[in-house]
Amino acid sequence: MSLINYASREINCKLVYYGPGLGGKTTNLEYIYEKVAPASKGKMISLATETERTLFFDFLPVDLGTIRGFKTRFHLYTVPGQVYYNASRKLILKGVDGCVFVADSQMERMEANIESMQNLYDNMAQHGLDLTRIPFVIQYNKRDLPNAAPVEQLQEALNPGWPVEDPARQRPLVDPNRPGEMLIQEADGVWVERVPHFEAVAVRGDGVFDTLRAISKLVLKTIG
Amino acid sequence: MSGASSWSFREEDAARIGALLNSLLREANARTALLVDRTGQMLATVGEEPRFDPVAFASLTAADFSANDQLARMLGENEFGALFHQGEKDSLYLADVARRVILVVLFDNRTTLGLVKLRVRGVVEELSALFTAMFARETAGEPRVETGFVDEAEDEIDKLFGS
Repeated sequence: MSLINYASREINCKLVYYGPGLGGKTTNLEYIYEKVAPASKGKMISLATETERTLFFDFLPVDLGTIRGFKTRFHLYTVPGQVYYNASRKLILKGVDGCVFVADSQMERMEANIESMQNLYDNMAQHGLDLTRIPFVIQYNKRDLPNAAPVEQLQEALNPGWPVEDPARQRPLVDPNRPGEMLIQEADGVWVERVPHFEAVAVRGDGVFDTLRAISKLVLKTIG
Repeated sequence: MSGASSWSFREEDAARIGALLNSLLREANARTALLVDRTGQMLATVGEEPRFDPVAFASLTAADFSANDQLARMLGENEFGALFHQGEKDSLYLADVARRVILVVLFDNRTTLGLVKLRVRGVVEELSALFTAMFARETAGEPRVETGFVDEAEDEIDKLFGS
């Protein structure tokens, strides 16, 4: 629900980083905060426990500047990943314009990833939103770890695709970020769509801006 | 179910709301009135220029109100229609408007909570009517951004976030 404020000439879009606990959502925001030019970023707010686990959310506003007369800003939020903070997670999703799912690539976190993805879908549905119809990308984080599952396996579990029902969209769509890979394709007579995915090592910043760039562009397309 | 929708806030809305909030501040002898939408975005600020970061303030206000909403439900209440945060010098009074917007009044020792509450109650009714009409309008086909906005925004994204 991006808000276009014609009075103050502002457009604000809400991006939410979702995913299992300790997956790297806060690390993504911290890296963005560290690297974005001071003039383009606001204050980063973290409501965290004493052990630096996210309690409610992290928040970082990033200004894109004035575009065609509108001051355009992204509000980046993370949710607390731990399972028992679901009430807080649901609140943060209110009014979301785009979502990044930060998956933990480690083999032993596969179940936690799947559970969190299901939880995201359910919480969105409770806000009357369909995850398959809003801007959404997946980031496979911690690719540097020796116990990281192969991307194909993560894709199969977390991004298996859903049927494309709209006939107008039933045509091949190449993944602009991965030449040779498809976002929409036909398999056994059924058109299937997957969301864009990115590999990352958020502590080093690898893939962090690729992910942010992709979700920001998808969100802006829904406004224009 | 559908994807996310947008709504807009026009200049004439801002003018009417500004007039209402200005008279609230005068009558309640309060310092600043802010309107924040439930998703955490600042809609309007009237009165003394706040000394804090308004973007962060809006995000925390929405979170505060939402968390308290859930607490209310746990008690079997539909909502807490208003919240009060008392400081040594400055205090905040927050009130729900049409379930989509939060009115925040910042005041100090020059007035009393009772007076602020009383004046807010009146203005909330008028604001609710105004916002309800605004939300009803959202499906009626709004003017959107100019053509070329998306291309230009994409260029800015590439510059800011690296291409």
